Amino acid sequence: MALQSPSAGGAASAPESLFAVRPGEITQAPTGLQRMVDSTFRRLSFVFACCTIFLVTFIVLRIVVSALPAMRHDGLGFLTGRVWDPNTGQHGIAGEIWGTLYTSVLALVIGTAFGLAAALFLSEGFMGKAIFTILRGFHVHLHPFWAKVPDQVEDLLKRLIELLAAIPSVVYGLWGLFVVIPLIRPACNWLHLKLGWVSFFSTDLSGPGVLPAVLVLAIMILPTITAISRDALVSVPPKLRMAAYGLGATRWETITGVILPTASRGIFGGMVLAFGRALGETMALAMLVGNSNQISVSLFSPANTLAALLANNFPEAGPKEVGILMYAALVLLAITLIVNIFGALILKRASRSAME
Amino acid sequence: MKNLFWTPAFAIAVLTAFMSSCDSKSGASSEGIKLQGAGASFPAPLYNKWFKAYGAAHPDVQVDYQSVGSGSGKKSVIDKTVDFGASDAAMEEEEMGRVTGGVQLLPMTAGAIVIAYHVDGVPSLNLSRKAYAGIFLGQVKKWNDPLIAKANPGAKLPDLPINVVVRADGSGTSYVFSKHLSAISPEFEKAVGANTMPNWPVGTKSKGNEGVTASLKTTPGSIGYVEYGYANSQKLTTASLENKSGKFVAASTASGQAALASVELPANLIGWASDPAAAEAYPIVTYTWLICYRHYPDAKKLAALQDLLKYSLKDGQNDAEALGYIPLPASTVSKDLAAVQTITN
Repeated sequence: MALQSPSAGGAASAPESLFAVRPGEITQAPTGLQRMVDSTFRRLSFVFACCTIFLVTFIVLRIVVSALPAMRHDGLGFLTGRVWDPNTGQHGIAGEIWGTLYTSVLALVIGTAFGLAAALFLSEGFMGKAIFTILRGFHVHLHPFWAKVPDQVEDLLKRLIELLAAIPSVVYGLWGLFVVIPLIRPACNWLHLKLGWVSFFSTDLSGPGVLPAVLVLAIMILPTITAISRDALVSVPPKLRMAAYGLGATRWETITGVILPTASRGIFGGMVLAFGRALGETMALAMLVGNSNQISVSLFSPANTLAALLANNFPEAGPKEVGILMYAALVLLAITLIVNIFGALILKRASRSAME
Repeated sequence: MKNLFWTPAFAIAVLTAFMSSCDSKSGASSEGIKLQGAGASFPAPLYNKWFKAYGAAHPDVQVDYQSVGSGSGKKSVIDKTVDFGASDAAMEEEEMGRVTGGVQLLPMTAGAIVIAYHVDGVPSLNLSRKAYAGIFLGQVKKWNDPLIAKANPGAKLPDLPINVVVRADGSGTSYVFSKHLSAISPEFEKAVGANTMPNWPVGTKSKGNEGVTASLKTTPGSIGYVEYGYANSQKLTTASLENKSGKFVAASTASGQAALASVELPANLIGWASDPAAAEAYPIVTYTWLICYRHYPDAKKLAALQDLLKYSLKDGQNDAEALGYIPLPASTVSKDLAAVQTITN
């Protein structure tokens, strides 16, 4: 309704005169209907905006209220304790906090490396170059007309990567259990045997553990990073690119010196989003991370994350444990919030320095 | 600003209108009798089979069961958001006290928990009580440990570390298994104790029966505990366990029933076969309970529930074995039926 109403006056005139300035129209006062639609739309938007804020506040308040008894009972020791034993009433989530951050950071590093590479490949015309080079190897020289085809293939590939985001997380978990773990186990155990003195390889991989969880998590956040980075790279003004080439820069110099810095804001935004997803990812991690409260830098040892702890404990939690789990949920919420705030701050700073 | 002044009131009006329309919709749909249950996931396949069959025979009664876990099931009963609950870990006195009007627990079926393992070249394995308690305490670390070898003369046990796989999620299976280990090993009781999520001193943790099964299948040298029905359907290799009278018994319907028969159920029908004494009994067996209220104000609902329970306890027991559960002994069925009659409005 609101979108249609401004054009309602012009509907009677022919389409080609849509943009023509008709005398008197602009200075005409809006009709009563237009004003009503306008104010209703504004009010409705305001209501929906209020609903969102209300909902978030409500959720946080509910969690805080249910967590209060546990917060009073366990205090800050909850954050530093490393034992989770319902039988003795000991609850500590230092291991989970460490595991959450460790797996997320590692997944972000791997996911960004691959995601950014994929985004560059899909946005800088490497596809066409690759196809034409291969074909030239077979002595096939294509008419420039076919240069359109790689563009469409690029689009298809981009959609394929985005499709990764549509796979349910339990499928990722099962895939990790039955495919990834058996696949990487020989390599991991070889690394442990030969390079066991490196702290990253100090244990052997006996099943679920940090590395399979990180690999699967990296794939899960890949579409976010790729899609957002590609959009940022594509929206770099072509003038900049041409100017760089004009100054004699090579393709790589253009990418690393001009395009990536210009698009860095968007890329970083994608990373922040991806990190948020990695922190909160539950099902796949609950299945793959090994769920043991250890603080270890070894990539092969089992660990635990806050989200996995919540998923594993909620179904069987008694009234007392629910409070403790709510406390853990609050900590997870706080971590995500802090990460987002930091992300926003760095983003602001980066964009300011880019402006200067 | 003036325009925005009344918008919060407007928002509340919209919200209330929306909510009330939802309420009236859900309220109008109860034509027939609807029984809502929630709880343990372990007996869910059997319960769903019963309830589906019963619903097909009685079109006016609709029974919904949500397998949300024993803990949530008990919570739903306490909050009175369901008509009945279900729990593998029964219910604590303290929890029962929180239900106004009281509850009646009914053992509906039973299951065994097996110790499954993956050691190539060892098709059958006997585990003594000391051996499997030691394994899950982290004291028996290698497959060729003398404690294991002693009970398995002739078996080619490899010099392989034992990879213990335990459940990561809170579950009735873990509760029953740790309760049994606590019953046979004072050391286990002291160090770990019975819980839906014990603090295991050893092992990698996997989520759910399916997670444990995946770890067992993909990791040579591993050992773990799963439900009997699940192990059967997944064709896992399981160990024979030494029972209280010193015999090695494999899990089966017969050995499970022998274990159940050795439990004398008390008046509240909550009894544990933590360590059955009979010679043929498989040691790790448990009942699983349905939680009913003592009183149902709605007479129609009460009649439907009682009829449903009678069906499950009589005809329903025939479905148990095919799904990997242990049919109830006749003595338990008659006690259950008597208890069903005591539920009133």
